[in-house]
Amino acid sequence: MAAGRGVLVVGEVGNGAVTRATCELLAAGRTLCNCIGGELAVALIGHGLSAPAAQLIQVGGDRVYTVDDPILEDLPAELCLSALDLVYRAAMPQVILFARSAWGRELAARLAGRLGVGLLQDCQELQADPERGCLTAVRPAYGGNFLARVRCDALPQIAVVLPQAYEPLAPDPTRRGEVVALPFAHDASQSRVRVLTRVRHAHSGIGLTEARVVISGGRGLGGPEPFRDLEELAGMLGAAVGASRAAVDAGWVPGHLQVGLTGATVTPDLYIAVGISGASQHLAGCSGAKVIVAINRDPEAPIFREARYGVVGEWQAVLPAFTKAVRNLQKIPVR
Amino acid sequence: MTLNVIVTAKQVIDPDMPLSAMRVGEDARRVVTPGTLAPVVNGFDEVAVEAALRLKDSQDAKITVLSVGSQFNLDVIRKPLAMGADTLILCQDTAFADLTDSFITSQVLAAAVRKIGDFDLLLCGRQASDWDNAQVPLMLAEVLDVACVPLAQKVDVEQGRVIVERLAPDGYDLVEADLPALVTVSNELGAPRYPNMRNLMAAKRKRPVTWSCADLGLQASELTARVEILELRARERSQECEFIADGDGSAAEKLAGMLREAGLI
Repeated sequence: MAAGRGVLVVGEVGNGAVTRATCELLAAGRTLCNCIGGELAVALIGHGLSAPAAQLIQVGGDRVYTVDDPILEDLPAELCLSALDLVYRAAMPQVILFARSAWGRELAARLAGRLGVGLLQDCQELQADPERGCLTAVRPAYGGNFLARVRCDALPQIAVVLPQAYEPLAPDPTRRGEVVALPFAHDASQSRVRVLTRVRHAHSGIGLTEARVVISGGRGLGGPEPFRDLEELAGMLGAAVGASRAAVDAGWVPGHLQVGLTGATVTPDLYIAVGISGASQHLAGCSGAKVIVAINRDPEAPIFREARYGVVGEWQAVLPAFTKAVRNLQKIPVR
Repeated sequence: MTLNVIVTAKQVIDPDMPLSAMRVGEDARRVVTPGTLAPVVNGFDEVAVEAALRLKDSQDAKITVLSVGSQFNLDVIRKPLAMGADTLILCQDTAFADLTDSFITSQVLAAAVRKIGDFDLLLCGRQASDWDNAQVPLMLAEVLDVACVPLAQKVDVEQGRVIVERLAPDGYDLVEADLPALVTVSNELGAPRYPNMRNLMAAKRKRPVTWSCADLGLQASELTARVEILELRARERSQECEFIADGDGSAAEKLAGMLREAGLI
């Protein structure tokens, strides 16, 4: 395999703008480039990419490869993988970084499988060793109860990066870079997987992954009704409502509210866990919150090991009192 | 025509084991548990077995369960047979001891799938509860060069296609794929069934097929790890929780005040 240089970030766009996770990858990529040399390239795949491509240069990209085609609009994995392969061959990087989205994780693993190389999953603290030419990272294992330092040598070195592991660089409108559009010659008939329909749940309020405050309920709530109380509080705080897997598996709330390893990974400023014991499966989805508050009747619940503040008590008493206190506080203007 | 379904299943440390029973091994590269605590079949793989059994409930199907490892607890790894699967194949060799490397595992599984021969559908749990990589099934699909649909909450096969409800962040996509295909299955599909008495008895009589590295036509020297674990350590908690006493019922109000002070609400 040809020797690689520099870093390729696989970018993602949401609502027409580069996602925060992508900006974090660029910060990680810049740190690595400072160590191993080469340029910081970005792969941007989809349709209607000129505005985000320009944005990527402001937040640290040296060169943005776009594969822009109407059939890539909905990001079909199989075709995106072909598009990514084109970018990979054009950029020939040493390191390829993906965000920890469902799309990013799928493409990363399939690219690694196709190229027969390793993949470092769920990474933080990425380090490139310019002498050995290897990439190391720290990652959680066994439900986040252990941390492993891992290394891969073969090129390209592919890593999926945990959200919040890096702080995005401040946008610099004067930064200059190059946008390279790569032609895409595939058509939809070459795809072995076809989407028939897309079914979306009606959205009320703010999305889990964007919210700065998330209030989640778990098994301790005992049924679907108390989630209305969480919604009331969420409405007052501009927060999103989430749930543990236990609450979802019990059928109290729809699956898209699930926070955890197999649900959404949330990184709000404030995460309030009500009646959630804190199984490692759940903590994996919320431990990136800046501050976790736990309300639980069991003082031994593992959630308190992650929480900054804890109240031991019955949610039936604590939650209404908290909601009332928030309502009173909101009458007082912030100084 | 019989639908040939292969399900992959991994034997893992019981994720519900108390944390105090898990410690880092002497090599500082893996987690070890007391020998008295039995491993389990990875939970998502049991859900994949359930998905296969639901297909078999409504059509003529043969379910082959495939596992890779160096040591198996036969009572544990037989569980898919007791649930109703037809055949169990264990790829067992000292060369397969390092299952943390997704490249090696996917190579061994690919060799075993090729040795089985014709198949229509490969079902895998979405990820394993030990390292949660969610890599092996996707790499396997690429190595075998078959259609790949991750994160299914419903799987049907009709007229030579697999129809999947694939989870999306805020709903699901209904997708179809050509056979043969690999589908990864998520817990939203529903709980795996309990073994019934008849299947339990039948499973006891079934002898698993065992394939070694040589049986699979693989050289141990080809199976070099692509990812090396340099060091594994227990995670330290960086902060202590500040408990707000609720003796007089004022904790909620105090909490709200503290969060307001910190600019969080």
